[in-house]
Amino acid sequence: MSTTAETVTGTTEHTQKQGKRQLSEGARAERRLGWMLCAPAVIVMVAVTAYPVGYAIYLSLERYNLELPQDIKFVGLSNYGAVLSSPYWWQALKVTVVITVFSVAITLVLGMILAQVMHRTLFGRGTVRTAALIPYGIVTVAAAYGWQYAWTPSQGYLSALFNNSAPLTSEYKAIAVIILAEVWKTTPFMGLLLLAGLSLVPEDLQKAAMVDGATAWQRFTRITLPLMKPAILVALLFRTLDSFRIFDSIFILTDGTNNTGSVSILGYDNLFNALNLGIGSAISILIFICVAIIAVLFIKGFGTAAPGSNVGR
Amino acid sequence: MAMVTSGRQKAGWGTANTVVVALALIPVLWLVSLSFKTPAAILDPSLIPKQWTWGNYSGVLSTSQFIRPLINSIGIGLISTFIAVVFASMAAYAVARLRFPGKGVLIGMALLIAMFPAISLVTPMFNIERSLGLFNTWPGLIIPYVAFGLPLGIYTLSAFFREIPWELEKAAKIDGATPFQAFTKVIAPLAAPGMVTTAILVFLACWNEFLFAISFTSTLASRTAPASLAYFSGASQFTVPTGPIAAAAVVITIPIIIFVVFFQRRIVAGLTSGAVKG
Repeated sequence: MSTTAETVTGTTEHTQKQGKRQLSEGARAERRLGWMLCAPAVIVMVAVTAYPVGYAIYLSLERYNLELPQDIKFVGLSNYGAVLSSPYWWQALKVTVVITVFSVAITLVLGMILAQVMHRTLFGRGTVRTAALIPYGIVTVAAAYGWQYAWTPSQGYLSALFNNSAPLTSEYKAIAVIILAEVWKTTPFMGLLLLAGLSLVPEDLQKAAMVDGATAWQRFTRITLPLMKPAILVALLFRTLDSFRIFDSIFILTDGTNNTGSVSILGYDNLFNALNLGIGSAISILIFICVAIIAVLFIKGFGTAAPGSNVGR
Repeated sequence: MAMVTSGRQKAGWGTANTVVVALALIPVLWLVSLSFKTPAAILDPSLIPKQWTWGNYSGVLSTSQFIRPLINSIGIGLISTFIAVVFASMAAYAVARLRFPGKGVLIGMALLIAMFPAISLVTPMFNIERSLGLFNTWPGLIIPYVAFGLPLGIYTLSAFFREIPWELEKAAKIDGATPFQAFTKVIAPLAAPGMVTTAILVFLACWNEFLFAISFTSTLASRTAPASLAYFSGASQFTVPTGPIAAAAVVITIPIIIFVVFFQRRIVAGLTSGAVKG
């Protein structure tokens, strides 16, 4: 590292003296060093994502059941046809979208409140943040067991609070519990991201608006929200994609029974219960496409506030 | 807000703080309470156990069904974190300090992988790992963990590295320091906090991971602690192992609480630096 650092400081001066068109030896060395330093990271990332996705595309065009290894055959797009015409796929997609929309919306509102609380308290700031980080850090599976037992009749405190109810045994109530678990776990992360955005809102502007007679709500909607837009969009993008991938808590809470499985649960079941690599890969690719669509929609929504462009900062 | 705060406002924010802390902690305290309940007391929904026992802990901590996965989790987590932080530091240094074409591609790739649906990898990786003999081994989990730790690492570290006053290095050299001294005495101490923060975040992500852990492992040889919870069985096959699972869940939560209590500021800084400045 020490030698590289030295070459770099040397080379930057060189490049500045040289003309733009002709690359100096120093600039070329800087390029090479840059590529060399990035190479291990790039190789691992490509090997673990791009290659398997390419392989999944190939597998998804084959009839490939692990129980029938002699029966592997190229079948074109028929696996996709099978998935897209199956009610299981659409049910799982519906559940995933419902969980994503509700949990992200609730998390956004609660995260905003949490950010305000963390921003404005002068006392016990550390305590609040430390407490808030525990749901963020806790192992999702451990938390999911906590929620499962809490809603088990004649055993759990939450079930006891609600007339000994058993919400995990019915579709909509179970989905509500899954959303609750997701909201509890992810609100702190949302709150912290929004808090970082909130601290970029200049205090003077708030004071000026206050002097001009703006109410707290007006100040929030006219000053705070517009200035926080980039932070909100980044937080929403990450939370939405994260929520769309939901797996751990459903696996523990219901394991997809009573029509509560997400697309990730469906993909997992297809591989390990049906042992069908062809169909499983088609599901993988379809989920990948869904995620890509969500990402593109969000990045279009960013407009000038897209990560990387410095406008609006 | 450092404006005039009346006593009533103070009380209001105080109440809000208490509510936040209570909402964050009660579900965790419930797990702790379950873990101390005797099998008979499990069927009592109160938050404070009527009969206390250490039995659940001594039970889980004496069975290889949990100890072995715990060792796997620690080993796989530490190795993955180490590799991811080293690779991410190299890439982040290049991103923060060097000019080279392809930098945008690297950042875009990291962003894509951060958003990548893990389930899309499970089916193809399962087959690849089977044919390479990586299925149910430590490297079989370490490799994907490094790949998913890298984007987080590159983002957080390049945000940290951009803040380092690199001119100090030159200044130290003018003062007669060797390049090695300039690096170890000036730059390394400045870079260390960012690397510690990144290591914590990557380790927490590996510690938490569940989908790969149940997909790419099949025995105690490589199953991690969160995955082992799903395979816990009771004393007999007719008893639900609520108490032992709760105790095991508390055990795997302890390291997180330690990290959070001691590194709260760093974790907050790390989580927000990558996302906001990215």
